[in-house]
Amino acid sequence: MHGRVKIKTTAQQEEEKRKEREKKLKIYVAARDACFSKRNEGIWDDEALQLTQQLLSSNPDFATLWNYRREILMHLETVKDKDEVQKIYEAELSFTESCLKVNPKSYGSWHHRGWVSARLPRPDWARELTLCDRCLSLDDRNFHCWDYRRMVVKMSGVPVDQELAFTDRLIGSNFSNYSSWHYRSTLLPLLHPESPEPPSPCREPPQSSPPPSPQTHSHRVCEEQLLKEYELVQNAFFTDPNDQSAWFYYRWLLGRGMSIGRSVCKYEREYISALLCFVNHKFFVFLTAEREEMISCVYVNRDEERVAVAFSRPVNAQSVGLFLVLDGQPQRVEWRSVHPRFKQSPVWICNLPPGTISDITNERNLTVHWTEKHTHRDCALYTGRTESWCRDSATDQELFRSELSVEKTSVLQSELQSVKQLQELEPLNKWCLLTIILLMRALDPLGYEQEMLAHFRTLKEVDSMRSAYYSDLCSKFMIENTILKMEYAEVRVFSISDKNLTTLCHLDQLLLVTHINLSSNHLQRLPPQFAMLQCLEVLEADNNAIENLEGVYHLPKLEEVLLKNNKISTLADLQTLASCPKLKRLDLRGNPVTQTANVESELAELLPSVTDLLL
Amino acid sequence: RGALDLPHGSVVAAACSRVGQRVLHVDRRSYYAANWASFTFNALLTWIQEHQAESLSEEVQDRSSLVEEGEELIYLSGSDSASISNLQVFCYISEEAEEEEEPPNTTEEEEAAQEQGEEPEADQPQPSAPPSQSEPTRKKISYTQLEKEGRRFNIDLVSKLMYSRGSLVDLLIKSNVSRYAEFKNVTRILTYRHGSVEQVPCSRADVFASRQLSVVEKRKLMRFLTSCVEETEEHQAYNGRPFLEFLREQQLGDNLQHFLLHSIAMVTEDTLTEVGLTSTRHFLRCLGRYGNTPFLFPVYGLGEIPQCFCRMSAVFGGIYCLRHSVSCLIVDKDSNRCKAVIDSRGQRISCSHFVVEDGFVGADRRVTTPTRLLSRAVLITDASVLPGDSEQQVSLVTVPPTDGRPAVNMVELSPSTMTCIPGTYLVHLTCQSVGSAYEDLSPVVTRMFCTAECQDQENRPAVLWCLYFNMADGSGVEPEGHDLPSNVYVCSGPDGALGHEHAIKQAESIFLKILPEEEFCPPAPNPEDIIYDGENTSPTSTGEEEGLTAAGGEGEEKQQEQQEEETSLQPEE
Repeated sequence: MHGRVKIKTTAQQEEEKRKEREKKLKIYVAARDACFSKRNEGIWDDEALQLTQQLLSSNPDFATLWNYRREILMHLETVKDKDEVQKIYEAELSFTESCLKVNPKSYGSWHHRGWVSARLPRPDWARELTLCDRCLSLDDRNFHCWDYRRMVVKMSGVPVDQELAFTDRLIGSNFSNYSSWHYRSTLLPLLHPESPEPPSPCREPPQSSPPPSPQTHSHRVCEEQLLKEYELVQNAFFTDPNDQSAWFYYRWLLGRGMSIGRSVCKYEREYISALLCFVNHKFFVFLTAEREEMISCVYVNRDEERVAVAFSRPVNAQSVGLFLVLDGQPQRVEWRSVHPRFKQSPVWICNLPPGTISDITNERNLTVHWTEKHTHRDCALYTGRTESWCRDSATDQELFRSELSVEKTSVLQSELQSVKQLQELEPLNKWCLLTIILLMRALDPLGYEQEMLAHFRTLKEVDSMRSAYYSDLCSKFMIENTILKMEYAEVRVFSISDKNLTTLCHLDQLLLVTHINLSSNHLQRLPPQFAMLQCLEVLEADNNAIENLEGVYHLPKLEEVLLKNNKISTLADLQTLASCPKLKRLDLRGNPVTQTANVESELAELLPSVTDLLL
Repeated sequence: RGALDLPHGSVVAAACSRVGQRVLHVDRRSYYAANWASFTFNALLTWIQEHQAESLSEEVQDRSSLVEEGEELIYLSGSDSASISNLQVFCYISEEAEEEEEPPNTTEEEEAAQEQGEEPEADQPQPSAPPSQSEPTRKKISYTQLEKEGRRFNIDLVSKLMYSRGSLVDLLIKSNVSRYAEFKNVTRILTYRHGSVEQVPCSRADVFASRQLSVVEKRKLMRFLTSCVEETEEHQAYNGRPFLEFLREQQLGDNLQHFLLHSIAMVTEDTLTEVGLTSTRHFLRCLGRYGNTPFLFPVYGLGEIPQCFCRMSAVFGGIYCLRHSVSCLIVDKDSNRCKAVIDSRGQRISCSHFVVEDGFVGADRRVTTPTRLLSRAVLITDASVLPGDSEQQVSLVTVPPTDGRPAVNMVELSPSTMTCIPGTYLVHLTCQSVGSAYEDLSPVVTRMFCTAECQDQENRPAVLWCLYFNMADGSGVEPEGHDLPSNVYVCSGPDGALGHEHAIKQAESIFLKILPEEEFCPPAPNPEDIIYDGENTSPTSTGEEEGLTAAGGEGEEKQQEQQEEETSLQPEE
């Protein structure tokens, strides 16, 4: 074997490594014990610094040791002069840097670095930014680094436009990066805020001032910048339509335009809602703005001496300071939600003291005050009328077009064209289909109804894992369309039969409906929210799969319930009907419950008011 | 067990040494690897001189006295200068007045002009140039400066790139030879089209960022590239039909078709679909391993690669002799095997295998003579053909064939590759020869660069100095194409392809003929695992200290190498 290089055998290597490991462990344990006992004795000296450094460089996630280190450093701050402290902390920075090389995702090291940076007498933020950039170039999704970077940016007041350029760079090198897109969504409203007077051009904030926090700002962006953003994000989803990050950002963008031609004050009091996405164990919250909170409807019924109030979002009327004033006289009333299940509800009802409004010859003026939000709504009950209401309809509020429709129609139209173009190339891409649906709804929900339904069918096929989600979403949109149609027709009849509904929603919008037709859908239950239909007289729900009637609860005017061919199987399921005092007609044909022994007599006992029972 | 070996056989040498063979590596020149070598600017000038001097003085010494009973001699040719021809040099920075567009018929006078090396006025602004118009920052570099800083150039005679999943990179990683070199990414791929240079979007990030493509084109391109990765029935249906036809039927549009054909597949219009697709797939597989393009380039030039293998061979006991050549072989008549060689000093050296470069094999021993030539041009320019955000771009530029002229591959190296001085770019042009290198390549050069004082085209980079030559195309040489003893192996010179597949395949096949039982370039052991003579078993390293103060190793600029290979691709010391 002359001339051949001799190489250690694996057994030899193993043995050596084992011995080395043992040796290391001994040293490690000894150092750790030394640290702990020193800390117990309250010793804050250089030796302790060295020991912890030794241990932390091999295991940077030892939180106790970092804490001990900070105790020592805080002690040193009190005994050393400023220059020495600067030196110590600079050494600390280079030490954490070396720890980050061992584990770039070490919580302890990043936290310590942040702590040190904040205490450094003369911080070098530029250096910190460079470090972050290097770290992100190695792993652009290291959220520890993102968090640290945000702190650095805040402390050093990096101008917003510079930060935007930074996200440009990161997105350019890899656009599948939620962190970058999300960061953009927080920067854009700061850099190019929508000006308060809609038609005036956008103005830039003075760049020297530190960036204000996103929460204090409008979440709208001026049109010029928006168009650029649309282009950027389109490039991303045309390049890779299966990448969700760009689509999420696009969804956020589409709500950011100016509200030209609409009353500005309506959007003055916004509160924040969010588009959430959960990626890599980290939530990204794309903040969006929403409409002001208000009382959307007050309904009063003379016969029943009852008032129902609907809110723009679920509230707890018992704790938000809701007052009822009748002809200038505050009334003591007890607010209750429509169903005992709800602590928070968009609809609340109360009974007026007996006799207060029963005289039909009197005109009555009601005001409901929502003191917490400094808002109120009046409602006049005129002479000779048995009921009255005052409300903003869903159409008035443009409720169902909300987020996207604040955009100018022309912008939305051209966005729809682009996404349709993509869909021609990628007919089976779910993100593309879903976005088309959303854009169509923003533009013309009724006009695009058939196309929307066709797209939903495709979605259910290409993404069968989520077919139930798409069914529910489609149900929601169909209900919205039906509400719009009903309001245009100015009727109180809500008819949505044979539309493949799988779920019911927006029931708070149906407060005034007297007649509902849900026949021939795929509903499995009438949920507790159904009790919001306080004016309902006729319920048609034949040919569904309803097995639960929880929501048919205390509906004071309900007279007729048609439930032919459903899945009601026990008498107990019909129990809630007993709470509807005026129920006269009940059709239960084709339900398993009809097979129960003595069903007729049992029902007669359970529902004495029913005179017309079909079994 | 002497084995003896030449140029890209350095790979063979390393492979043989690695498995314990004794290797003697001799080279007639003062540097390794012949046409694979890199030269400093000054060394290149010397090389040019040597080749222009036409060394005919090679007299063949009679070595028959050294021949024993039953042996015969085969004389090797003394030089391989035949592989280089049509050498022409132009310098555009010394005496501007004399340099005009038309090709001078001789090169000697320019050479002479260069050798003088004095151009005091080169630094001065030209009176004819409107100073306000041209970029004021572009500083003229003088010829003296080129010569003075000539050592900082590393000019390759061959122009190739390394496919990041090609056989050379695989071999470098597998054998641990990569530890002897560093690499840079080729940062972008450009193409010449409609009279201008455009960037070819080839990675996902490029496509996203591209400003020339419409969003629909972006989608089509991404879709096409994705569909190429796996072979489909649709692809097979086009077997035997031109790739261009296949591309046309994908409804991609002119832009994309151009990019795909010339810059991604890098084939010609008549290439068959299956070949085009294979080449596209290879390109795509190489993308993203180390960067946004499929290619790497060794820092300090391609000449580093044979050097690395030589070093590996030397580490494992190979002996190296420069300025030393083999003049003839001694062949055993009975077995028709080469028993020994006789070197230029008349010394007889026994060997059991002999590897030689094609150029040294006498014409009488050739069954086929290589006729194919490559046309090469080497330019030193003052700016990039497509200035970008960064000045340190390394670009591959594909120039599609025009008017019967072949497609040209152009590699533009920035100073970051350590092949040229700051303020300059080193540009290599390569194509299959139709005429002389000058005839083939100067039209491209004049179209894309500014060769004289053409002030009207100040946007184009100016050529400071350039060299044209033809080189034998090694891909025409087959190891079997010679009438030689069975244990003499011929390796070819460089081929015209962009990658190194041909050379590496040849090296491996030679190695397997010599040592059929052995593994080709197994991983070299880590230095700490090697047992040196007289060393006892205890390791010398102080492991525990290293374990606890892991701080060291500052400044690992982000290497192009992927993390998994990072250790194997780091320089040894």
